[in-house]
Amino acid sequence: MSTHTDKESIDLSKFPADRIRNFCIIAHIDHGKSTLADRLLEMTGAIAKTEKNKQVLDKLQVERERGITVKAQTASLFYSHEGEQYLLNLIDTPGHVDFSYEVSRSISACQGVLLIVDANQGVQAQTVANFYLAFEAQLAIIPVINKIDLKNADPERVESQIEKVFDIPREECIRISAKLGTNVEKVLQAVVDRIPAPAASIDDPFKALVFDSNFDHYRGVVANIALFGGQVRKGDRIVSAHLGKTYEVNELGLLRPDEHPTQKLFAGQVGYIIAGMKDVKEAQIGDTLYLQEQPVESLPGFKPAKAMVFAGMYPMDQSEYPGLRSAIERLTLNDSSVTVQRDSSLALGAGWRLGFLGLLHMEVFNQRLEQEYNASVIVTAPTVPYKAILSSTRLIKNRRAIQKNMVYIDDQRVMMKYLFPLNEIVVDFYDLLKSMSSGYASFDYENAGYQAADLIKMDILLNGRPVEELTTIVHRDRAYSSGKAMCERLKDSIPRQMFEIAVQAAIGSKVIARETIKAYRKNVLAKCYGGDITRKMKLLKKQVEGKKKMRLIGNVQVPKDAFIDVLKRKD
Amino acid sequence: MISRTLHALTRALSPGLRRLSHVSSGGPIEDGSDSAHLTGHASLYVHWPYCLRRCSYCNFNKYISRENNDVMMTECLRRETDALLQLSQVSCVTSVFFGGGTPSLAHPLTIAAVLETVAGRVSLSDEAEVTLEVNPTPEGKSRLEEFCVAGVNRFSIGVQSLQDEDLKILGRDHSSHQALQTIEEARRLRPGRVSVDVMFGRPEQSVESWESELSELLKVCDDHVSLYQLTLERGTQLFRRVQGGEASVPAEDVTAEMYQRARTTLHQHGFLQYEVSNFARHNAVSHHNMSYWRGRQYIGVGPGAHGRFVPLGEGGVDREARTQTLEPDVWIREVQQRGHGTRRRIRLGHLELLEEVLVMGMRMTEGINHKHWQMFSPQLGLREVFGTSAEVREFLQSGRLVLDDRGLRCSWDGLAVLDSMLPALLVELERETSRKLQSDEQRERSDPR
Repeated sequence: MSTHTDKESIDLSKFPADRIRNFCIIAHIDHGKSTLADRLLEMTGAIAKTEKNKQVLDKLQVERERGITVKAQTASLFYSHEGEQYLLNLIDTPGHVDFSYEVSRSISACQGVLLIVDANQGVQAQTVANFYLAFEAQLAIIPVINKIDLKNADPERVESQIEKVFDIPREECIRISAKLGTNVEKVLQAVVDRIPAPAASIDDPFKALVFDSNFDHYRGVVANIALFGGQVRKGDRIVSAHLGKTYEVNELGLLRPDEHPTQKLFAGQVGYIIAGMKDVKEAQIGDTLYLQEQPVESLPGFKPAKAMVFAGMYPMDQSEYPGLRSAIERLTLNDSSVTVQRDSSLALGAGWRLGFLGLLHMEVFNQRLEQEYNASVIVTAPTVPYKAILSSTRLIKNRRAIQKNMVYIDDQRVMMKYLFPLNEIVVDFYDLLKSMSSGYASFDYENAGYQAADLIKMDILLNGRPVEELTTIVHRDRAYSSGKAMCERLKDSIPRQMFEIAVQAAIGSKVIARETIKAYRKNVLAKCYGGDITRKMKLLKKQVEGKKKMRLIGNVQVPKDAFIDVLKRKD
Repeated sequence: MISRTLHALTRALSPGLRRLSHVSSGGPIEDGSDSAHLTGHASLYVHWPYCLRRCSYCNFNKYISRENNDVMMTECLRRETDALLQLSQVSCVTSVFFGGGTPSLAHPLTIAAVLETVAGRVSLSDEAEVTLEVNPTPEGKSRLEEFCVAGVNRFSIGVQSLQDEDLKILGRDHSSHQALQTIEEARRLRPGRVSVDVMFGRPEQSVESWESELSELLKVCDDHVSLYQLTLERGTQLFRRVQGGEASVPAEDVTAEMYQRARTTLHQHGFLQYEVSNFARHNAVSHHNMSYWRGRQYIGVGPGAHGRFVPLGEGGVDREARTQTLEPDVWIREVQQRGHGTRRRIRLGHLELLEEVLVMGMRMTEGINHKHWQMFSPQLGLREVFGTSAEVREFLQSGRLVLDDRGLRCSWDGLAVLDSMLPALLVELERETSRKLQSDEQRERSDPR
């Protein structure tokens, strides 16, 4: 087993394409990708073998805290097999349904995948989804059955499943325990034996695919590239196909997983490059890089990721707008799957409408905003894109879903396909599904286009006066529950006044929900002499400050927080 | 024995001492529109911090004394009175109030000593109101006469309730019968100058029981009643009990009803409500408290006492909000070391002073009259400050506020919800004073002469 830890002594010219393997690990969430990645890193000496190696590739705080992989990370490993030295490039990927986009990008840089399946849970929704991604990309697929050390492990059943669902012969499965390291060596061997070497020649002109990028404050854009031909070295002048701009290579090297600068990178290899790009838009994912003197045909790029869930994000106070704007800009530099659109709300001022791949994606984004950029944000309830259509057809069933088909995977499990309005699954469907099925059920979705729906405009009224900022579009079936909830929240956030306040939700002129805020009959301090004056004045001053921030709707004083409370996500 | 000592004291005293005799309920102290009165006069508040026990609702600055510190406390009260009188450079003290704690636990000599110190420094009229708070235990009652001899001419008796059950819940150490006897004795000694404190919104109280309690009270009380709604203060035993579910206080609309009924009932019995919680017949108002609400200077002496005056003696020009050190032991040390135990002093700017005048003045049913306001805000009248606000106009239109030739005040309805209106009034005050300031500055810049 080689242990190349020296930064300087790696001579990449010793690794022709035929001794390189590019692969990623794909799996359903929690089936053990990152643990396997840890073991592989340890076994090949990339990291020292200690107790503390837990999900090393999960660098982000949010990843560590949640125990999930958010951003794919790359690591180059050196492996000796039958007397030969191999360079194995591993790309770890997120397992969550939201982040399949990251998976498909990583896959484009690889020739094979390790498909991990939990020995107890078996094939799950993301296993299937990821399999298809790899299959469509015509990669070699090595099935790995993990967690065989656990009590309920049933590798035989899982092997049958794999055979049935993916049509992969059961003999090809490798049974391992990533936690204990059992059989992990066999995985490395399989990578060498079964995954083809990249079809790239050093003699071809330099051509590289940008499959990821990061923004570093001091050094600029760091692009992750996979070389499909030729070689590149420090000082070379390269061009990005997308923008046609030229750059000089400042630094390049391997990721082990930390950066290891080298002199050159060769065809078939995967690494990073820094070339004086200041804006991450200059290192567009899917972009092709080539040498200035030797232009090449661009590699097929990527379809941009489609946002599925939208949320409004607003600063706590308009004075914090510039700070939040720069935080969002910096964070989206490293997450190009977030769509950003300026938006404004009557209640909350100027902000954005951000599109995410899913709820988890949005939560993680939010968490990163707060942790890494110290931004505090008001997140308004996610809305889904609506298109106004004149005709209206009704969809039936409680979640307004239509069953499309049903397939039995094995004697224990069934896969069902439904057509849902997105609004119905966007808030809590996933959670409910999990709790109702004790976690067994899993689901994946794809956009099925727009369908007509019975939507109406719901107003919120205070003592008969509509509050513009709180007008929403809801489905008729949801109007009552949504209106009631809003009225209840308002009742809790509007302070009592000298008259009664009627809080109503209305559709047109029809009131569908109502709450009442009682009037004060007595509101005066009983005793106010000598000492009490100071305390009373303090309290009054606070009220005065609060009052300045209030909005008058008719004669009702409404604090700004009331809008926020009503509009924000109900967690 | 006490009387003999007092007589000896009287003989030994300097001729400047006021005569200790029955004082008739003279007319109200002249308000005076002369602003020299603002800094030339003050009322005096003296805090006796000790109690025998703590009532379950009380969060005042009071202490259960472990050893008898009375002599030391008395001496320090004298010293601080002297020091602060000098500092304020007032020429006249208009009224004196002994509060606490339980001032009726103090020795009458303490009262006499403080009064003597005052009379030795400034002019203290024979007619000046001198009030003592009284806890109506038999012991308290037995001393009332001596307190009179010492110079007290008004009593404020903490009755709180006429139901013995409730007195227990409140943690009081007297019975209702004892309270009634104390009232009787006080009225004998100082007819027309006795005030009674009662509390409503007590646990288990109903509107009906409150009404009947009030009628009982009205049969025996003198010409002044203070009605306080029980407020649950954090850190008190009652607060904890209510939180823990062992006790409950009446709902908000019930206490609101209790208040309105009491106001009406007292009115029917000839009492004039002159402040949120204070009612008087035959003009027997508390002059001392009126001076608070009218924005006059007051000097606070004793642990935790509060004061508002201009320290002319130091060359001060602005009125200061002052607080004396809270802890008796620490306060005693400080007084011994430097003559007074002032812990905090904050200069009140023009706006802050006006804010206090507004907040306090609006508590009186007479409100703030134009002349009164002018004393504090010569350049900006009431109409200029409040006449333009839409919200204030709404208060005026709905009949809660009155702004006319007399001044600004609450109506009967408005008084009950004063605190709901104050923020709007304060916003206007801030806005108009700063606008005036800006336009004055601009004028100066364009024409600096």
